Amino acid sequence: MTVLSKNPVHSVIYLIGCFFAIAGHYLLLSAQFLAIVHIIVYAGAIMVLFLSTLMLMNLNEETEQHKPALAKISAMVASGLLMLVLVAVLRKADSLPVPLTQDVSIGSIQNLGKVLLDEYIFPFEFASILFLSAMIGAVLLTKKDKAQTA
Amino acid sequence: MTLLNIFSVVPIQYYIFISAVLFCVGVLGVLFRRNAIIIFMSVELMLNSVNLLLVAFSTYHNDASGQVFVFFVMAVAAAEVAVGLAILVTIFKNVHSIDIDELKSLKH
Repeated sequence: MTVLSKNPVHSVIYLIGCFFAIAGHYLLLSAQFLAIVHIIVYAGAIMVLFLSTLMLMNLNEETEQHKPALAKISAMVASGLLMLVLVAVLRKADSLPVPLTQDVSIGSIQNLGKVLLDEYIFPFEFASILFLSAMIGAVLLTKKDKAQTA
Repeated sequence: MTLLNIFSVVPIQYYIFISAVLFCVGVLGVLFRRNAIIIFMSVELMLNSVNLLLVAFSTYHNDASGQVFVFFVMAVAAAEVAVGLAILVTIFKNVHSIDIDELKSLKH
């Protein structure tokens, strides 16, 4: 639905539904913290960003151009073949045994925070540098034009 | 605290299948559309399928490292979307279109 709907705003709405479904899967897998973070980050932040950009550009169905039919058919065939191969390979794989124990506290904030700040402290700091550079880059990219025209 | 084991109800193979299908839908979106924003959304879809598989296997192995990795993937995806949309806004200001088939000026 995200891919096929003609109106970009509709595909954003469908994508939000898909993200909520994935958050439900995280809850089922007892990753409570990740489910909440997923909803906040994706449905909250990223989708607002997409929607505001779409509204800024004022795109709708009439301005939407489509690929030629040949390209569409070849895209369908290519991704369909990829899916066929993946599913066929995975069906042949041996089934994994069901684990006997399941620790429900794995996904808790307490446990995740301990692992994040004990074992993965360096990638954590690196992510903050990445965010800083992404913020500076985004501001500079959108600001450069104003400086040229002014 | 005893809880019903999720993998006795939904085997891990089903999570692998749903991740593969979600990834293929993302690939289809990238190949199918000309609107650059929708291509970005399809990339998000692919990242999410990988995240789902990471969480499934992290729960399967009772290891929190997978969920920490999902956290990092989310961080990188957020940064990528911010920078990508900034680039798209700049392109739209210059070309008045985000149709990827018209953005061929690097070709010649």
